[in-house]
Amino acid sequence: MNIEGKKRLWQEYQKEIAGDHYFFVRSCIRQSFFPGAEMMFLKIMREDLGKDVVENPGHTTCTGIGYHSDIVPLETTMTVVARQFALMTEAGYKNYAVSCITSFGLYSEILETWKHHPEIETRIRENLKRATGREFRIPENIAHASDILYKYRSEIAEKAKYKLVDKTTGQPLRIVEHIGCHYAKMFPHKGVGGAEYPHVLVGLAEALGGEIIDYPERRHCCGFGFRHYIVKVNRGYSLSCAKVKFDSMEPYKPDLILTNCPGCPYFMDRWQYAIGEMEGKTYGENGYGIPVFTYEELAALCLGYDPWEIGLQTHQVTPEPVLRKMGVSFEIDKKYLGPNGKEIGRPEKPKVLVVE
Amino acid sequence: MIEFGYSLQANRQIDMDLNNLRMLKYIRNNEPSIDWCMSCGTCASGCTAAANCDLSLRRMILMVRRGEEAEIHDLVFRCRFCGKCLNACPRGVNTRNVIYWMQQAVININAL
Ligand code: SF4
Ligand code: SF4
Repeated sequence: MNIEGKKRLWQEYQKEIAGDHYFFVRSCIRQSFFPGAEMMFLKIMREDLGKDVVENPGHTTCTGIGYHSDIVPLETTMTVVARQFALMTEAGYKNYAVSCITSFGLYSEILETWKHHPEIETRIRENLKRATGREFRIPENIAHASDILYKYRSEIAEKAKYKLVDKTTGQPLRIVEHIGCHYAKMFPHKGVGGAEYPHVLVGLAEALGGEIIDYPERRHCCGFGFRHYIVKVNRGYSLSCAKVKFDSMEPYKPDLILTNCPGCPYFMDRWQYAIGEMEGKTYGENGYGIPVFTYEELAALCLGYDPWEIGLQTHQVTPEPVLRKMGVSFEIDKKYLGPNGKEIGRPEKPKVLVVE
Repeated sequence: MIEFGYSLQANRQIDMDLNNLRMLKYIRNNEPSIDWCMSCGTCASGCTAAANCDLSLRRMILMVRRGEEAEIHDLVFRCRFCGKCLNACPRGVNTRNVIYWMQQAVININAL
């Protein structure tokens, strides 16, 4: 990989990321796909980095998936987003921290639209006022949550209990990073490092001791694609997209896939099961898959949080082999125990993909 | 096997450096305006023949550009040369002539 060239490119795409006092907005789907991820972001921010992050339970979906599936009209979406901004304004915050890539892309798109068409912004302000009586200020800073962990990557690395390193050989883990399409492909200047070679996850992974590997389909979509997935008969497109990526990364023998979007970790995790069942094909060593992590999960793991508190038992692809490689201590007996110590139930074992 | 209700599709990605462009080159030599096509599909929307078959000049041009020759073998002969697409094309592609040379390319495929 031509590092010099990429460093030069990355220099051109540096964005302002607020340092503290964030109004955090969750993702609708991440909470069910990877329930520990957002919790870990809040814990890392509040307990490890000592930052002020607030939420409001009245926050709703941004309607992004409905919008991209042509179900929710743009004007409705804009008004819903205006309401989210109003919640931030009412809480007295100016920095908006977004958990979801779809929402992040949508916020960027809406603000860009308002910049060029102030009359639309005026109309949305009227809509919101009429519907809810609320008013709002546009956030001074909008950052994706992965931008914020990127900003504090050195602090996280300093506090880290484990590194992204093979404990036995001392070699860095080989990491495939996958950035959600809506992070910077639409508005390259909104992402750290731009659209072609985003640096946001590279920076975090390298700070934690890992090695990023390049592969031909690195920027290919994971296959989520909204309508591809939501309409069942279209799901073959979603699956086929993910397979293109797995086939392309397989020869480089990645230890793990690191992601920053709600859809990507879900589909790259679950489709490894479906491809196994359909074609008998698996992508990791000895019949295992390639484990997929979100940025908060990986940061939390390095900081020494218990893998089952992070929610790694909800992953389809077993994370244990990579945990052992890193030397992370964990108790396998506690994998399926909830916070109250009671069994949470065990998933059925796939026929092909090896899981623990 | 589990019935998922959907299936994997074969990868149809094409290596643009390696794909077979003999048909495209032949047509382009005889009717250079094929290169002006922007795949808008206006030609196909008004096509007389398309009422009874899957003829779409937009799609055929795309397939020729991708080197997927077999995709146009039969369809290209369904054109009635009515010329509606010629009037419709916003890029001024000489559509009828493109189709004529597509047919010639299919007929003379072994000599290309
Ligand atoms: S000339 Fe052929 S392709 Fe064009 S509109 Fe007529 S039948 Fe269709
Ligand atoms: S109308 Fe013209 S530009 Fe549009 S697809 Fe047909 S040939 Fe191409």
